[in-house]
Amino acid sequence: MKENVVIIGGGIAGMQAARELLLLGYNPMIVEQQDHLGGHVSRWHRLFPDLSSAQDLVRRLGEEISEANIFLETKVSYINRLSGGYLVMLTNGVSIPTKAILVASGFRLFDASRKEEYGYGVYDHVITNADLEAWFGGAPDSRIPSSPRSIGFVHCVGSRDLKAGNSQCSKVCCMTAVKQAIELKERFPDARVYCFYMDLRLFGKKYEDFYINAQEQWEVNFIRGRVSEVGETQDGQLQVKAEDTLVGKPLKLRLDLLVLMSGMLCNPDAAAIARMARLDVDSDGFLKSLDNLGGTTRSSRPGIFYAGACTGTKTVPEALAEARSAALDIHRYLQEA
Amino acid sequence: MTDFGFTLSRSATVDLDRVDRSRYERLVALAPDARICMNCGSCGATCTAAPFSGMSLRKVLLGLQRGQDVRPLLDSCMLCGKCTMVCPRGINTRRLILSLSKVYD
Repeated sequence: MKENVVIIGGGIAGMQAARELLLLGYNPMIVEQQDHLGGHVSRWHRLFPDLSSAQDLVRRLGEEISEANIFLETKVSYINRLSGGYLVMLTNGVSIPTKAILVASGFRLFDASRKEEYGYGVYDHVITNADLEAWFGGAPDSRIPSSPRSIGFVHCVGSRDLKAGNSQCSKVCCMTAVKQAIELKERFPDARVYCFYMDLRLFGKKYEDFYINAQEQWEVNFIRGRVSEVGETQDGQLQVKAEDTLVGKPLKLRLDLLVLMSGMLCNPDAAAIARMARLDVDSDGFLKSLDNLGGTTRSSRPGIFYAGACTGTKTVPEALAEARSAALDIHRYLQEA
Repeated sequence: MTDFGFTLSRSATVDLDRVDRSRYERLVALAPDARICMNCGSCGATCTAAPFSGMSLRKVLLGLQRGQDVRPLLDSCMLCGKCTMVCPRGINTRRLILSLSKVYD
């Protein structure tokens, strides 16, 4: 009989790990609280650096795990420690005895309405990175004007913000903003697009090419200054204030659309799992790995492993690579057990 | 000596080896959170005095570390506290400004 492995979270990390575990001869069981697999990526349109389809990635992963047990709209109720393993009780009444659990509970996007000074949910034309992706994917959004002349992006919304309780850099938003700025220019070639940044962190494969392309081909304007507040003019336009820190002067600008780059926080549901399984939370609010160099997929508890953004902000390829790594770790653990 | 009509311009370089950092160090002793400014510019963006004076607490802190006389900027501060509200690092800007006035005593 094939050995069970419970995977908590059916995003791309959980799916990729399930695929590897199937190939290694195990019986992966994904517990997903949404009614579909794919997590955040299932709601995204195109992925950097090759602008490939997010839907294709989720579909491909889904096809590869057709033999896995998948519980949708289900959460973990509690985890009991047994000798040499765990008993995982689910909200649908199923209980699974297992020697290994993979936590792949992912991240939560920062709620942009908490930064009230940016006016999300207050002004008519303020949206988030996630809203924009949904619109790119075909969902109607009345906040996006039919022919905007000026569009702004605010980087670091709820990231690098001690006051908002998250001092970490979410690391993918700079690249996402550059990608989305280009995508908006493709649709609205006559619009002027501005990115307000504190530091541009374009660290990954081909990210810098996007930056050069955004400057050269699309004439995106990069302004080094964090937007401090957003207001509305009498005629219903947005007005943003920032300091152009490179010029050393306060700057104001009217916009027809403002996109807030919401950062990544640890999924609050991970805290509940951490309590049940007595896992540690690291100082950055994400789950704590056994060590942050060579042991990122391991927890301090035997048989409990991590993959993806539950231990920190990850790009898509990082989450997938970590899932493969975690599957191998689980395989070795179960062989030794 | 023949006068060729040339003069030497003063160097515009910030010579960090010669910059007097004592005022900045006194400030940090009084208000340690001066050290965590990341120069985002939120304070200067939202400063009520900035549009008329160029005031920006960011520029004050940086200028002090580069040996500039920042008193002209400070003079325009009205202690309204808007910079405190927008600082993402939660710096107590009011205490910073009040400490700065002591540094120049």
